[in-house]
Amino acid sequence: MKNNILEVSAIKDGTVIDHIPAGNLFKVISILRLEEIKETITFGTNFQSKKLGKKAIIKLSNVFFKDSDINRISLVAPEAKLNIIKDYKVVEKKIVEVPDEIQGIIKCVNPKCITNHEKIITKFSLVDKKKIQLRCHFCEKITDPSLIEKI
Amino acid sequence: MKNKSLVSITDYTKGEYLSILDTAAEFEKNSYQDLLKGKVVATLFFEPSTRTRLSFESAVNRLGGRVIGFSDANTSSVTKGETLYDTIKVVSNFAELIIMRHPLEGSARYASELSKVPIVNAGDGANQHPTQTLLDLYSIRKTQGTLDNLKICMVGDLKYGRTVHSLLMALSQFGANFYFISPDELKMPKEYKMHLDSLNLHYQESKDINENILDADIIYMTRVQKERFSDPIEYERTKNAYVLKGEMLSGCKNTMRVLHPLPRVNEIDQEVDSGPFAYYFEQTENGVYVRQAIISIILGLK
Repeated sequence: MKNNILEVSAIKDGTVIDHIPAGNLFKVISILRLEEIKETITFGTNFQSKKLGKKAIIKLSNVFFKDSDINRISLVAPEAKLNIIKDYKVVEKKIVEVPDEIQGIIKCVNPKCITNHEKIITKFSLVDKKKIQLRCHFCEKITDPSLIEKI
Repeated sequence: MKNKSLVSITDYTKGEYLSILDTAAEFEKNSYQDLLKGKVVATLFFEPSTRTRLSFESAVNRLGGRVIGFSDANTSSVTKGETLYDTIKVVSNFAELIIMRHPLEGSARYASELSKVPIVNAGDGANQHPTQTLLDLYSIRKTQGTLDNLKICMVGDLKYGRTVHSLLMALSQFGANFYFISPDELKMPKEYKMHLDSLNLHYQESKDINENILDADIIYMTRVQKERFSDPIEYERTKNAYVLKGEMLSGCKNTMRVLHPLPRVNEIDQEVDSGPFAYYFEQTENGVYVRQAIISIILGLK
């Protein structure tokens, strides 16, 4: 701690994921399966943010994501921004995009949906990109973002 | 439509609905045709639905086909814990078409993706029952001469009733004008009203059945079930408000007809049955022709 400002050490090479809603930090960690990563990971939460109120941030050394993998977090962190770091410099900035179709990751909200009774990979299509409303390919019910539950 | 499963009413286009209705009209003139001779159709009813099953079995029999299957999951290996996956993988080796009723929603879509033969959804939970919708369309066209720009009055449980939802989706392609009459607890869900808004179609909502049926072309009645109410007192208060009685129909259009997906409990008084407006029993007869049409079109026989 220096002058009451928290300092998180900069990373040499890797990825910084910023603007994660504070409440969804652990969902992001779980969707990206960060528990399996052996590299150094720093994360912090409940930072003040003008946009989100409170935000979380994750810094990953020597980890780079494929777009298709990182877009999976768009359901819980639609405004997340990625900084790709090479030799302490931001070489690329990325935003996440909500995919039109989502396979796996989330559970259908409908308890009577067949996907909650048999071993089936869930599949949703996006009906409203702004509100992130997902229609189940099987039971046709809409799952709202507030009800999103990870498998 | 050959080899294409029928899972949801939105799987087929307006043109495809019409060609099914035209084929059904041919079957109405000549119902017994040996198109399915030597062929086997499976009816897998994981929950009982006597009317729907008998209608399908009558359709297959009139086409000269054979039916295998079960009418209740208790008499199948489901009680031993078999998955739907396994049942469909096996039965699709035994029949050329599978007609399936299942209590879980999405089960028919799932089955259609596993099966090597087409699936006809005979109801998957509260989700879809497309052959009911097609027989409703057939009955409406037959009694009104057209499907275009009709005034449709839907009465009763508009919240949970899958038949009214599917019928609304299908009729919205023909420019209908809807009246929704239901208690507050059972109003038409917002998503369906938004769908009508997006097509600029007119609808009105009301709690009162009397004032709104006089200029209707079709009154589509549904059952108001006690278990749908969170407050039992509210149910007692409203249950008799959605019962259609003979005298209520006296000022209606001569061509107006009353439809009901059945089973009926008390929501249409029996005195309506003998009057000129009742059409719900003919509607079940039409169901057989429509199912004959669907089966023979999917199997490429028509």
